[in-house]
Amino acid sequence: MIITIIALILALAILLLAIIAVENKKLVVAIIAAGVVSLFASVLYLLLSAPDVAMTEAAIGSGLSTIIFFYVLNKIKKERKDHA
Amino acid sequence: MLKKAFIFALLFVIAVMLFKSYRFAGPDQHLNEVATRYAEKGPQEVGAANLVTAVIVTYRGLDTLGEVTILFLAASIIGFVLKIRNDESTAYNPKIRKASEILATAATVITPLIFLFGIYVFINGHLTPGGGFQGGAILASALVLMLLANPVKKVNHRIISVVESISGFSFIILGILGLLLASGFLDNTIIGLGDFGELISAGAIPIIYIFIGLKVGSELSGIVSNLQETQKEEI
Repeated sequence: MIITIIALILALAILLLAIIAVENKKLVVAIIAAGVVSLFASVLYLLLSAPDVAMTEAAIGSGLSTIIFFYVLNKIKKERKDHA
Repeated sequence: MLKKAFIFALLFVIAVMLFKSYRFAGPDQHLNEVATRYAEKGPQEVGAANLVTAVIVTYRGLDTLGEVTILFLAASIIGFVLKIRNDESTAYNPKIRKASEILATAATVITPLIFLFGIYVFINGHLTPGGGFQGGAILASALVLMLLANPVKKVNHRIISVVESISGFSFIILGILGLLLASGFLDNTIIGLGDFGELISAGAIPIIYIFIGLKVGSELSGIVSNLQETQKEEI
């Protein structure tokens, strides 16, 4: 029962963060929101008895993907400065 | 405006469909035929305490080989695309901000622990949750932390390439050995199954997973280090 409530809260949080990631004008906020979606998703996978998938989602989804997005964002900003 | 309305209408329809299927179906009461086969025969055939690993490395080993190949292609393409720009300008960018002292100090303590954890994850992949892909990603995370703490640090691409090549080649060699010495490509019984639940068990699975872990780790590290080097370009 407790697990169901936690899962529902996480699911709602994921939906909210997903909307933030899509709608927010600031790219930094959008990237962080997307990363947190992955983090909550990995917790959900754990609650669904899939620890292998949870580890993959945590390591790659919320870790490496977020870092790569930030590197690319940094590069985009530089290119905009060059062309300004 | 019209586009947003369409998107929300589509989402609403999908939500209704999901709700209906959830309400009437509920979770499966029985495993399907394939899953039953894995669950019943897997432990004695493969000898892996972690059945997920048994499926990934042995039953669907060819699929895993394909996955590793796709990741290799992705890393290669990223390296190729970013490399061209680096040739134009390899000058050191003095405007890169130095990392904060807290990050630099913490990284020296935490990075070795993350490396150890990553290695633990893929060495124990046949016993506990985790494995080559998860362990490899964790290794790459350790590299990310090092790069964040030392922005001007240059990664030795040769080491990454050598580790990647050797582990990929070894993976395929083990697969071919399965054809020669056991009952099929990537069959894990080329080595005795050992005692169930021990570190040395499940035949060749731990060896294969170590190579997968090293390969995935080096490929992801290559992606990150290539991206990091583009930050050094002159503004």
